[in-house]
Amino acid sequence: MSIVLSNISKNFGQFAALNNVSLEIPEGDLVALLGPSGCGKTTLLRIIAGLESPDAGHVVINGQDKTSEHVSHRGIGFVFQHYALFRHMTVFDNVAFGLRVKPRQSRPGEAEISKKVKSLLDLVQLGWLADRFPDQLSGGQRQRIALARALAVEPNVLLLDEPFGALDASVRKDLRQWLRNLHHELHVTSIFVTHDQEEAMEVASQVVVLNHGQIEQQGAPSAIYDHPSNAFVSKFIGQTNIIRVDQAEKVWLSTTGLDGELGSVAHIRPHHIDLSKAENASQSPVIIKDWQHLGAIIRIELFNALLPDTKSLFAEMPSEHFKQLTLDKGDHVIVKIKHANWFN
Amino acid sequence: MTQSRIMPGFKPSLAYTLLYLALIVLIPLSTLVFKSLQLNLEDYWAIISHPRIIASFRVSFLTSLIASAVAGVFGFVIAWTMVRYNFIGKRFLDALIDLPFALPTAVAGVVLATIYQPSGLLGKWLIDSFGLKVAYTPVGIVIALIFVGIPFVVRTVEPVLQEFDTTMEEAAASLGASRWLIFARIIFPNIFPAVITGVSLAFARGVGEYGSVIFIAGNLPYVSEIVPLLIVTKLEQYDYAGATAIALTMLVISFVLLFLINLLQLWARRRSGQ
Repeated sequence: MSIVLSNISKNFGQFAALNNVSLEIPEGDLVALLGPSGCGKTTLLRIIAGLESPDAGHVVINGQDKTSEHVSHRGIGFVFQHYALFRHMTVFDNVAFGLRVKPRQSRPGEAEISKKVKSLLDLVQLGWLADRFPDQLSGGQRQRIALARALAVEPNVLLLDEPFGALDASVRKDLRQWLRNLHHELHVTSIFVTHDQEEAMEVASQVVVLNHGQIEQQGAPSAIYDHPSNAFVSKFIGQTNIIRVDQAEKVWLSTTGLDGELGSVAHIRPHHIDLSKAENASQSPVIIKDWQHLGAIIRIELFNALLPDTKSLFAEMPSEHFKQLTLDKGDHVIVKIKHANWFN
Repeated sequence: MTQSRIMPGFKPSLAYTLLYLALIVLIPLSTLVFKSLQLNLEDYWAIISHPRIIASFRVSFLTSLIASAVAGVFGFVIAWTMVRYNFIGKRFLDALIDLPFALPTAVAGVVLATIYQPSGLLGKWLIDSFGLKVAYTPVGIVIALIFVGIPFVVRTVEPVLQEFDTTMEEAAASLGASRWLIFARIIFPNIFPAVITGVSLAFARGVGEYGSVIFIAGNLPYVSEIVPLLIVTKLEQYDYAGATAIALTMLVISFVLLFLINLLQLWARRRSGQ
């Protein structure tokens, strides 16, 4: 179901958590709300769910204004950061809860509930844990049970608050892929909150970047990465070298193929920097200060001898290419910058 | 084996635990048993089966059970209010809850007797409007025991409620549960073991309570006479054997009841997966 948020504002005392936020989410999308902590992303999610009410604005789900509707009538599924499983119930009873509390007319029979719960537990591949209590499960298992529980009531919209935040790195990686696949299977409109840009880029079909209670940019992950609409997004998504252009830098940058106005700011992705070995020191003032092997790519830290006060520049290249160039620490390199985003 | 323990000091701490339990609990209690062993079974039975004694046992245990159950309900409500809401005067109320702990029980007894007696502030009103006589009846005993029992319930339930993960309630709401269902199926099962602990503490205290009860009870034989009072009466008559016989019986019954309550608690904890 599609979700339309219009002019949502929310204050906590003096603090403006959300400031006039408008957002449209088409049906069936998997959307990430991304931003640093305190940017209002969780508040926005809770407002969509009805766990928080906005000071101003409207929440429209599938054409119906749900702004003043109680959370229990919104037809949403909510997955909490710390799972919020009912610890006095077995996994089976947790998943069955949403079906058992339905009003009598629409409540399925116990046999039907049992069948449904089993199929959901199979969906999250944890059928063998049905009789356990939440305290006996690992974090990843709890998260998947929480998801099964939310899906049991067949929500129109699935909302996930930092779904992988409390998990360790390897489990997180598996679950991201799994969530993406699950979404492909179910096609339920889903929104998840994260502060991890990598996670947002990897899982979501649409990314909404928030900062200080406002939307900075919304779009496909590739669009946001390649065409950040402002300096914040550029800095927040992926690695970026930031150079404020003054006289000395203008001269140096022109040798790398970049032409910038004085006072403007260049954001340069590390993989947009091309390096080649200089024959001798006079050919280039730039020295390789250090490099790290990150698997498929090599990250190279560069030091400009002419501009000793500026921050190090980071370049990245495939490790095979790095080997071909036979570069090492202390080598002088010629720098070519293929692309930069300019902000003021 | 003991070398591999992570926490050091197991032996000395166990030794101290046993020493103090022996000095403070076991030796006095065993003296009680030995003292009553001086009686033969027939004498013992003659003392215990006296109708006045049996009546007092009924009064003591029934009033304690009723009072601890009532304290359980209202103690839970108070704990709920204190944890879940913020209001002016909360700190004052918080201090008020502990008052029955601190107040000399005799003082509480005199005060309760004064206001609940037929000419007293509340006593008069209760008689006039409901025909309910509180002072000098078992109802008075129940009220006194609720007074001393409530803080036990409040103080055991409060920390558990504070720790209760409120996102469980939000999760239940998002799954379509009404407020009542959230309370009945989510909050209550998680808090219930703590309520039972509080109730059993209130009950144990109630059975042994003396000071706050005797003034309001009126101590009418067969009606509102409690066991501790009978023990004191026997002692005053230098009937030590009789006093210990009653005391021992009371000890055994209390122990069995507390044991049953513990079983109930265990069952509740199991059910709540803790």
